[in-house]
Amino acid sequence: MRKTIAILLCLASGFVHAASEVGGLDRVHVDLGDEVSLQRGARTFVNYCLSCHSAAYMRYNRLGRDLGMGDSVVEQNLMFASDKVGDLMTVTMSDAHSKNWFGVAPPDLSLITRSRGPDWVYTYLRTFYADDESATGWNNKVFPHVAMPHVLYEWQGTQRAVLEGDEVVSFEIQKPGTMSAVEYDDAMRDLTNFLVYLGEPAKMYRGKIGLWVLLFLGILGYFTYLLKKEYWKDVH
Amino acid sequence: MQKLITWIDDRFPLIKVWEEHMAKYYAPRNFNIWYFFGSLALLVLVIQIVTGIFLTMHYKPDVNMAFASVEYIMRDVPWGWLMRYLHSTGASMFFVIVYLHMFRGMLYGSYREPRELVWLIGMLIYVALMAEAFMGYLLPWGNMSYWGAQVIISLFGAIPVVGDALTEWIRGDFVVGDATLTRFFSFHVIMVPLMLAGLVYVHIVALHKVGSNNPDGIEIKQNKGPDGIPVDGIPFHPYYTVKDIFGTVVFLFLFFLIVFYAPEFGGWFLEKDNFTPANILQTPPDIVPLWYFTPFYSVLRAVTWEWLPLGAKLWGVIAMGMSIGFFFLLPWLDRSPVKSIRYRGWMYKTALTLFVVSFVVMGYLGTKNPTNVDLLWFSNRTWSQIGLFVYFAFFILMPIYTTLDKTKPVPERVR
Repeated sequence: MRKTIAILLCLASGFVHAASEVGGLDRVHVDLGDEVSLQRGARTFVNYCLSCHSAAYMRYNRLGRDLGMGDSVVEQNLMFASDKVGDLMTVTMSDAHSKNWFGVAPPDLSLITRSRGPDWVYTYLRTFYADDESATGWNNKVFPHVAMPHVLYEWQGTQRAVLEGDEVVSFEIQKPGTMSAVEYDDAMRDLTNFLVYLGEPAKMYRGKIGLWVLLFLGILGYFTYLLKKEYWKDVH
Repeated sequence: MQKLITWIDDRFPLIKVWEEHMAKYYAPRNFNIWYFFGSLALLVLVIQIVTGIFLTMHYKPDVNMAFASVEYIMRDVPWGWLMRYLHSTGASMFFVIVYLHMFRGMLYGSYREPRELVWLIGMLIYVALMAEAFMGYLLPWGNMSYWGAQVIISLFGAIPVVGDALTEWIRGDFVVGDATLTRFFSFHVIMVPLMLAGLVYVHIVALHKVGSNNPDGIEIKQNKGPDGIPVDGIPFHPYYTVKDIFGTVVFLFLFFLIVFYAPEFGGWFLEKDNFTPANILQTPPDIVPLWYFTPFYSVLRAVTWEWLPLGAKLWGVIAMGMSIGFFFLLPWLDRSPVKSIRYRGWMYKTALTLFVVSFVVMGYLGTKNPTNVDLLWFSNRTWSQIGLFVYFAFFILMPIYTTLDKTKPVPERVR
């Protein structure tokens, strides 16, 4: 029995890999049980994203609690934009400044995986390419002419797009970064994983609570069925 | 205990009400699965009111705070996420249940004499529910909330002469804004729930006056025993109370399965575009209402013909109004000598099937871009027009095909 399940699982994962590209987006493996991945993602987020993008619906200490970090750890490692651990994760850059610098105010990222989807975010983070015609020198496969420059180019390196007509079909690395392609993909997976958590912190718990609720209802359902049957004996 | 009951009963018709509506309310003994949805609708109404009370404690009806206050509920309010998901899932499940409840009425002719008024009150509940859902959908102040309200309110602008003034009056502003949000909040939280509670009350009172229909469409009151009790009737309590308790648990199991494991339900219950705050400068790529309105949205978009001096938009709005209005006329459109589908001929069965298909297909197409081709061969708009034709034919031709239809003899007693 176990063997059959194992084989089926292997086959299933094979299918997942075969279907890893859906609608031009790469599939990302989201796992909110992977605390280390979430912590790494949080670190990347506060170091690289939070300078411009806020996560204004989220509090630092809540993040720490959910990701297994005490307040002092959060204060030392994650808080560069604020000084109170109960603060919301806002940015100091004003909308007026950012509009002046980038043309648009960088959107809040609290809910980005819920409005765009994790696969889109994961693909977006990995498909920046150098483009001499754009104002920032960067362009993106899933968000053409995006105002945001490639913040993580030191990690990923500089890649150029191989075009077929107007469509980006693949990339070739021009100047390698400090990370290999696999390392960079992993880092972006961690970041996306964290952004999924950031979109809905309750997602970490609701599955576990739901199990108890459903278990209770299952048992209650059995007894209420017996009760109904008992009463209806005299009808049939 | 007995003393207390007597004390109350001397001052309030406690035992009379209990017996009239529960212990001595005789319901047909042959209710099937379709008869769960009435009590379930009541259950969901209670869920919506209770969770709504908690949401109202933390929600802020202000254009600058509304979106953030919903996220505050989702993150900072203890169990707030659960209240919100119960409420959002409850809204969709309310419509699932009400649609099934209405379909039951169409299957077994529950709108027919002497239950016309039960049906009419039920239709008023349905319309009130649509208003409730539409106004509630604006409150999270997401981008789809905003643009959905903008589009639906602008429909009133199609009315000649007074149209523009009317839309301005509804919004309280030239665009959907703070004035709109605060009044929708007030209607959603006070006015419509009060109306719903009142309507539900008279719906049940009217039903208990005439008695419940059943899958055979037989009037059980016409066949009473020597004790004056219908021979095919059983007291609602305890028989249907224990049955409905079981039904409630089964429903709650499915309900919580969605709440805990798929609250967005793949974008059908909570839309992606509504996780972005309302933005007057950024229209979502496709403005679509939630699934329970999409059949009527399809009707609206299917009408593209100019006729008389009136534009296509006005005809679309009229068609949409008619597509809901026809339901009110059902008791008088149906001329069949029998009530239940069990004893009807092939014509009604075919008509009802086609109607359901057109309703579901138009519901699906209402979520899609009208010019795309998501089904076979034709654009979504063309398919919607075919669906519209079938939908209207079901009602308009009903007096004819229900008269012509060959029916089977209805037995004396229920099966």
